[in-house]
Amino acid sequence: MTEMPLHEGGLAIGCRGQASVDSEAGEVFPNADCKSSCSLEEIARTLRRHIVTMIAAAGSGHPGGSLSAVEIVTVLFFRLMRHRSYDPNWKQRDHFILSKGHAAPLLYAALAESGYFPTKELITLRKIDSRLQGHTDRAMVPGVESTAGSLGQGLSFAIGVALACKLDSLDSRIYTLLGDGECDEGQIWEAAMAAPHYHLDNLTAIVDRNNQQIDGWTRDVMNTEPLGEKWHSFGWHVIEVDGHDIGQLLSAFEEAKQIKDKSSVIIAHTIKGKGVSFMENNLKFHGTAPTQEQLEIALRELA
Amino acid sequence: MPQEMSTRKAYGRALVELGEKNPDIVVLDADLSMSTMTHMFAQRFPHRFFDCGIAEQNMIGIAAGLAASGKIPFASTFAVFVPGRCFDQLRLSVAQSQLNVKIVATHGGITSGEDGFSHHAIEDLALICALPGFYVLVPTDAIETTQMVRTAAVTPAPFYIRLSRPSTPVIFDENYHFVLGKAVTLRQGNDAAIIAIGIMVSRALEAAKHLAQEGIECRVVSMPTIKPLDEEAILQSAKETGAIVTAEEHLKHGGLGSRVAQVVAQHYAIPMDFVAIEDTYARSGKAEELLQRYGLTAPAIEQAVKSAISRKQVHHS
Ligand SMILES: Cc1ncc(C[n+]2csc(CCOP(=O)(O)OP(=O)(O)O)c2C)c(N)n1
Repeated sequence: MTEMPLHEGGLAIGCRGQASVDSEAGEVFPNADCKSSCSLEEIARTLRRHIVTMIAAAGSGHPGGSLSAVEIVTVLFFRLMRHRSYDPNWKQRDHFILSKGHAAPLLYAALAESGYFPTKELITLRKIDSRLQGHTDRAMVPGVESTAGSLGQGLSFAIGVALACKLDSLDSRIYTLLGDGECDEGQIWEAAMAAPHYHLDNLTAIVDRNNQQIDGWTRDVMNTEPLGEKWHSFGWHVIEVDGHDIGQLLSAFEEAKQIKDKSSVIIAHTIKGKGVSFMENNLKFHGTAPTQEQLEIALRELA
Repeated sequence: MPQEMSTRKAYGRALVELGEKNPDIVVLDADLSMSTMTHMFAQRFPHRFFDCGIAEQNMIGIAAGLAASGKIPFASTFAVFVPGRCFDQLRLSVAQSQLNVKIVATHGGITSGEDGFSHHAIEDLALICALPGFYVLVPTDAIETTQMVRTAAVTPAPFYIRLSRPSTPVIFDENYHFVLGKAVTLRQGNDAAIIAIGIMVSRALEAAKHLAQEGIECRVVSMPTIKPLDEEAILQSAKETGAIVTAEEHLKHGGLGSRVAQVVAQHYAIPMDFVAIEDTYARSGKAEELLQRYGLTAPAIEQAVKSAISRKQVHHS
């Protein structure tokens, strides 16, 4: 049952793995230039190190919401998605549309590790002549599919891409990552109504349910509960998982793929700032860069 | 008063002061209260503060309903989200409804820096000035901000006040008196007039000082009310100096420059020049780097003044 989805590129740094068949997911994960096998957990840790390092170098940025979604992005880019770093606009690719654009460092780290651009470019984040803008710019960076930063717009964009894939008879899958605070936006719910209406079973939305936004806990700022029931009543297939559990994420994405005729949403329960003790559930690190000293502690924890 | 202070901080303080005096003052925010400084009001008057979450359009609608019921709502978020994201809500529920809603938007212009173009508000003045009935204000410093907020609270009309993120020089002293719709002449001169707003006012003063060393005497006028404009002050400057340069942290089209030009063009055929952002979006970078890159500096103003002066008609007798 080996399927087509292939990530063709190669881990640029950190861990390197040979082409390996993951029997559980039944998919090939070829890393031609990789020397030893490397687990998704290891990749996740590598991405976390990149995130804190690049944000510290920039002196500003959003660590909390980047760290919370690391496992989600890891399983997509390094296991499930069909994409080619050497051909970012490959017609048959699966699409990843980042809606919560402030998690740009996470996407940049995943793209660099997939070989879209050199990892050494990551530390240019937010600097004046860098391609790596504070929020993603699709015109500037290969592999970045959406220009983001104004919250609430990615799901609609993903619907457009999903409709186009259907029109072109492509079997590509479309993934979009939303914040739970972002779900305050009316446009999210306009889009939530539209996707099942168009029977977009090629679309999977992931809500990074870290329970925090900027002004506080989501339940205090604007209560979105019962979140799963809301999506369900809008016609979505709803799957709730521990968003840091790679096994649960893999089977959730697999389940989403099997659902026909409607869109799926994975509500991934996560911890903002996950992986760095002093950032976890700490509102301050929504949008504050670590100091050099804090970076050193963070890197030790992520070693 | 310190030498530097952000206008948003002055706003946060002014709201608390207003809240003490008037129980009808209510404040709304859209998950940015720490950045807009409305958290100060929220802490003091939690029952009169409404965090709408990340839902700006909803916030404007709610503010309109509160205003229709006699409250005086101040609604805040970043200037990229209001007016941009809520244009139709501002149009129908506020402007056409003639409601007493005060929008105070922070992080105007490109000095929000590293966040990149999604967070640079460079079209907001064009958008909001397009709406009939709105007062549109851009303070020069923290002192003027406080007075503007007080004025807005007691003037029953829709207001848009644009603030910025960084700390900026405090130019006025406590004796300064802001008058709605009136320009402020900060320096006299008859060779050219520089009309500036916001952070560009201190740069205009700097430019005028340099130009004076070269024997060019510039008038520097700040235009804290960009709608309605102080037409009298503009026409007087036009008549007495014969060359006008505008300076703003906004796109060249649709903001201060366009509006001043429209007034001038009706009365005088004099050269003008415009210091503003060309028809493009800026990148991520430090605030000061961006101001340099996009030409919002004192030297750029000096050059614009010289260019305008060089285009003055030579009078033949
Ligand atoms: C339309 C819009 N309004 C406000 C903001 C400012 N902002 C940036 S991130 C954020 C909070 C996001 O919370 P959430 O979606 O839960 O993201 P996470 O906690 O995962 O970082 C806000 C309000 C924005 N970027 N866009």
